This record gives sequence, C-alpha cells and structure tokens, in this order.
Amino acid sequence: MPKPANSQRPQASFWRTVQAIMWKDLTSELRHKEIVSAMFIFSLLVVLIFNFSLELDRATRDNVAAGVLWVTFVFAATLGLNRTFAAEKDRDLLDGLLLAPIDRSALFVGKMLSTFIFIIIVESIVVPLFSLLYNMSLFTPLLLVVLVLGTLGYTVVGTLLAAIAIHTRSREIMLPILLFPVAVPVIIASVQASAGILEGNALGNISGPLNLVVVYDIILFAIAIMTFDYLIEE
Amino acid sequence: MQPNQHLRILTISSMLMLVLSIYMVFVYAPLEIVMGAVQRVFYYHVASGWIGALAFLITLICSILYLATRNLKWDHVALSSVEIGVVFTSMNIVSGSVWARPIWNTWWTWDPRLTTATIMWLLYAAYLMLRQSLENPQRRRTFAAVYGIVAFVSVPLTFAAIRIWRTIHPVIIGSSDPSAEGNFEMTPPMRNAFFFSLFTFTFLYVTLLWHRIRLEQLTVQVAAMQSRLLNKLST
Repeated sequence: MPKPANSQRPQASFWRTVQAIMWKDLTSELRHKEIVSAMFIFSLLVVLIFNFSLELDRATRDNVAAGVLWVTFVFAATLGLNRTFAAEKDRDLLDGLLLAPIDRSALFVGKMLSTFIFIIIVESIVVPLFSLLYNMSLFTPLLLVVLVLGTLGYTVVGTLLAAIAIHTRSREIMLPILLFPVAVPVIIASVQASAGILEGNALGNISGPLNLVVVYDIILFAIAIMTFDYLIEE
Repeated sequence: MQPNQHLRILTISSMLMLVLSIYMVFVYAPLEIVMGAVQRVFYYHVASGWIGALAFLITLICSILYLATRNLKWDHVALSSVEIGVVFTSMNIVSGSVWARPIWNTWWTWDPRLTTATIMWLLYAAYLMLRQSLENPQRRRTFAAVYGIVAFVSVPLTFAAIRIWRTIHPVIIGSSDPSAEGNFEMTPPMRNAFFFSLFTFTFLYVTLLWHRIRLEQLTVQVAAMQSRLLNKLST
C-alpha cells in the first residue's frame, strides 16, 4: 500500500511503532523458529554440562541452583541478542527501517521487547524443566519477578551493545566481551536475590539486591534511549 | 608538528618529581612497624588506583562532549585517557596483589574493591578491543563514545552489587570497616610521602595524556598526508 512521501505526514505514534517492529520480529520468528529453538537447545546443553561438571547432588544443588540458572540464561540470551540486528544487517534492511518516519527510540524499544519476549519464552520452558530435572520447586512468584526484572536489564543493555557489535569485524565474539562486564552488576544482584528466595528468605531480606536490579534497569534503559540515536545514525 | 616547549618542561619536571617521590617512598617515609617494608607499596598503589579512576572519568566526560560536539579532539582525549587508565589500573591491581600476599596471606581474594577494579579493567580492555574491530573511523569514534559512557556507569553499580559482602580492604583515608585487615595510622612523614606520590602521579598523568593526544594528532596528520600523496600519484 504505497503512501505519498509527504513531509506533512504525521509521525507514527511511539507505541504503534514499537508494536509494528515487535510484530515484524515475532512473525518472522514464528515462521523460522530460529532464535527461540537455538536458545532453548543451548540452555538445555548448558544445564547438562553444569550437571556433569559440578556433580549436582542434593546439597550442592541447593547452593548453586540460582547461579546455574542465571549463567544458563545469560549464555542463552547472548545467542539471542547476537541475532537481534543480524537479519537487518545481513539483508541491508536497517536503512529501510531508518527511512521510515519513526522515532529512533521506538525502534530500540521494539527491538528490545521482541528479544525480551524470545528470552522469556525460553525461560518459561527451561524453569519448569529445571525444577523437574533437579527436583526443586522454582515456582515462587518472587523468583519469577526477579527473573523478569533481571532479564529485562540484561536485554536492555544487550540490545544497545548488539547494535554496536553488529558493525564490528567479528561481531559474534565482540558482543559477550562488550556485554558481560557491563552486565556484571545485574547478574550479581539477580543471582543474590534468587539465591535468597530459594533459601526461603522473605522479601525484606532480599530487598537490597532486588532494588539494585530495578535501579540498574532504570539507569541502563535511560542511557540506552539517550545513546541509541547516535548508534543507528552511523 | 613542532616539538612543544611546554610539553618538554612538563616531561622533565615529571621525571624529576618521580625521582623525588621514589626517594620519599623508600628513604624519607619511615618503616611501618607491623607490616614492614611491603607497606611501601601503598604509596604507589593508591596513586595508580586514583589515576585509573580519574582517567576513566575524563573518558566519560570527553565521550559525552564528543557526542555533543562531534569535535575530534574530544575523541583523542577519550582514547588517550583509556589507554593510560588501563595501564595504571593494571599497576594498581598488581601492586595490591604483591602487598596482599604477605598481609592477607593470599595473592587474590574476591573482595568488592578487588572485583570492581578487575571489572573496570575488563570494561576498558573491551573498549580498546571495540575500537580495534571497527574499521569505519567515524563509526569507531561514535561507538567508542557510547561504550565509554555505558562502561563508566556500570562501575559504581558493580561496586554497589558486591558491597553486600563484607570488605577486608583497608581504608586509610576516612573510616575503615572493622573487619579490614592491614590497617595502619599514617605518621606525618608517611602522609607527606603519600600526598607527594598522589601529586606526582597526577602530574605524570597529565604529561602522558598530552604526549598521547599529540601522537594521535600526528597519526591523523600522517593519514591525511598519505591520502594526499596517493591522490597525487594516481592523477
């Protein structure tokens, strides 16, 4: 449906743009099932490797479950983040997206949310499997909140750095090198909060790390929104 | 570019100050009674840590200025400052390790301060790697500036994240954690030696930064001359 290239045409509203970009990514993923399936199989492999390398017997399991879970998700999410801008880059579609009269930060939010949804889908399959395989219940509402908040922070900064890494010479290698040190605070805080919850602590005892996750989410989101324009204009 | 007279004076005086500070650290400052000679690591350890933090702060400021003004000189300062900062942070970590071996009885421990310093080192090593792997110079400058901002913000957050553990790192200036090991009171000569090494290192940082910025400007000039020559040869 061709539209006149009229400068008076109003800019699409922020949320409609976000929705459109998310919809595009989700449809494409629904057809190819590339990212989610790769992340899922990879997560299972990581869990398996941890099982053999750590000899997860009953006592150890209780101590390291939170760490194993987060390392699994961080590694799997890095795979997904590497693909965030890959389709656009490989087929030169980014220019097309930039020609559209849309807010650049809407592009960021749309991309970030679609990756976030992919990671959450993988987590919602891996968490029950993890509970089943290790015979421990992870279904406390508080743990799910921590999972969502921690994943959000990781995805926010991951999407920003993926936009950088995609242009580097060895992009798949650069992303983890750029991302892991920046994401260290959210990973540490998420692991601490999760471990606290699994030990059966109340909300009051884990409020420190939980607050830090929220603070991290907000600060990194603000920085990402402010700097994403510069990355995409190049 | 002509040799700069001011820079030469700065270089010579920072060399003299370094010699004087070595004298102050090893001869003028008295021997610490509990820890012995290894305590002398302290003077340069703190000074190099301070320069690391200062250098990365300068990078943050220059990265913001570069994005705002697109003036090349801010990018030169940001890059130069990261390189110097990484060197001084390495010195800080290694000298701390040398001190920790006899005092804490271990080369390394996952203490908040030590962990934060390591993460900071990794962040700026990644910054340098990022610059290496981007070919387009315009894009390299912009992306590095964005990473310079993101990296600096995550440093205090890392410190907050691991501060929940108790620290055994001593705090000489200000109040120390009661569980810290290796504390001592500074006597006035120690204090003089300490502040003089801080001053010397800051002076040294400015000198090195100036040299490094000049080098970067010369690199840009050489590249411009090369392309002009190639143009002339091809016509």
